[in-house]
Amino acid sequence: MTWALDHLDDIATRAVQHAWLAGLPLVIGLVVALPLGWLAARRPGWRAGLLTTTGLLYTIPSLALFILLPPLLGTKILDPVNVVVAMSVYTVALLTRTVADGLSSVDSSTQQAAVAMGYGPFARFRSVDLPLAVPVIAAGLRVAAVSNVSIVSVASLIGVSQLGYFLTDGYARTFPTEVWVGIVACLLLALAFDVVIQLVSRVLTPWTRAVPA
Amino acid sequence: MIRFEGVTKRYEGAPGDDDDGGRASLAVDDLTLEAPTGKITVLVGPSGCGKTTTLRMVNRMITPTSGTISIDGRDTASLDVAELRRGIGYVIQAAGLFPHRTVLDNVTTVPRLLGTDKKAARARAMELIERVGLDPAMARRYPAQLSGGQQQRVGVARALAADPPVMLMDEPFSAVDPVTREQLQNEFLRLQSDLGKTILFVTHDIDEAVKLGDQVAVLRVGGVLAQLDSPARLLADPVDDFVAGFVGRDRGYRALAFAAAPELSLTEEPTVRLGASAAEVRAVGTPWVLCVGDAGEPVGWVRAAAVESEVTLTLLHRGGTVASAAGSLRALLDAALSSPSGRGVVADEEGRLVGTIRASEVIPAIESRRDAAAAQGATAR
Repeated sequence: MTWALDHLDDIATRAVQHAWLAGLPLVIGLVVALPLGWLAARRPGWRAGLLTTTGLLYTIPSLALFILLPPLLGTKILDPVNVVVAMSVYTVALLTRTVADGLSSVDSSTQQAAVAMGYGPFARFRSVDLPLAVPVIAAGLRVAAVSNVSIVSVASLIGVSQLGYFLTDGYARTFPTEVWVGIVACLLLALAFDVVIQLVSRVLTPWTRAVPA
Repeated sequence: MIRFEGVTKRYEGAPGDDDDGGRASLAVDDLTLEAPTGKITVLVGPSGCGKTTTLRMVNRMITPTSGTISIDGRDTASLDVAELRRGIGYVIQAAGLFPHRTVLDNVTTVPRLLGTDKKAARARAMELIERVGLDPAMARRYPAQLSGGQQQRVGVARALAADPPVMLMDEPFSAVDPVTREQLQNEFLRLQSDLGKTILFVTHDIDEAVKLGDQVAVLRVGGVLAQLDSPARLLADPVDDFVAGFVGRDRGYRALAFAAAPELSLTEEPTVRLGASAAEVRAVGTPWVLCVGDAGEPVGWVRAAAVESEVTLTLLHRGGTVASAAGSLRALLDAALSSPSGRGVVADEEGRLVGTIRASEVIPAIESRRDAAAAQGATAR
């Protein structure tokens, strides 16, 4: 405890870095997964191919991805951009299926009504299908957020600064307190992401709490 | 006017087309039909008769394989599809409301798509919400907070919001209970008499078709038009066994709904008021005595022998129907048949009792009407 209090500044700095490395890819991944999921939901022929391909991305080991990306992107090995890109890939892998499922879950009579009322494909996506898919997409985002927070810590192995440093450093110095501090900080960060996503989803979906009169 | 000209819809490789050479994949077969301006045209038929397919070809949710559909002389295939749809009101079973939007925002959908400003669209929507019989306080609610009947009203208001000349209605009242359905049907007819939309209405319920339609198109399986006629003609003169079977039993009786009641001499009925004493009731001298309310409206029959101290609501027989003096022969006959005393209760426009009539007095009116129709038919020939 004393150790943690003595290193509060360091922990806070690394937590903020960790939050960026896990959070920014969540946004990028969602932006990429939305059109992909939309395609998968609209074109039954594409669905299997798209979802299998994006799903497989998740099986690439993170360490391998961190090392493979620099030559592909032309970045330096220590560049945090590598981590952001890798985490975005994982987010896309997790969210494409969620988005597709969320969009497909919209009641068919609602979809038909939207078409019959003269919505074009994009307007229908933005005004009807997407808002109705928010609860499903938010659930997927929560999983992706936890997964990102956890995987980002691996990046300490390639020297990118974040909370994972306490795990590797504590292990190297056989100093369990530091490892525990790292674990607890990761947990709290994941919890913070979870709360934020739930709050945003709540604000976007007032109708789900409408109690039948 | 919506006009179908030789419209065919064929589905390739539909199940079951191996046994009868592709005919089974025909959803609509060479349909030629006109839905006149300002009238309700009902498409009715069993499952698989292509009625919904026919409806959806009008707003191009489904593309016909061949033939043309025109609205007021303009071929729908030549119009921009989004514009076409925004100009056609569409009401479906279970309403198909947007669950994430309030009632008000549901109703403003099409005007907003057409670019009407928010304030004007909302003002018009509030007007419509009241017009379809909803409490304005419901405007802020979400669809999940409404009953099925209320949702269906919102569906109608939403379809009317941009004041389209044409409306397509696909079994709009079939997902609600019978009492609500009848209410919705009556209000729909009242609304239509004000608005005069050109309506194409799909149902599988012949009673609904006959009640709502200015003309009824009966389709048979495979999408072939079997008969297009007024409801009265359909009941009186089905073209073949299929239509006769589909139109169903009791059609002689049901056809009376389209025969206006002639001037019949009604019998004056002695009445008692609610709360009348046993002595007053027995003084009338008949086993069943009609009870009326304060405004002279009939409330029910009471059995004189059952009254111990005074006439209360619980003692009243509630089975009898009340016919309007300006109503149909069917309503008159039904009032007589359903009355425990055998005397059918007839009321005026305001609901006040005007007299009673027996079935034996209605029958001659029915027969003389038929004789008159037969004589007319003879001179026509």
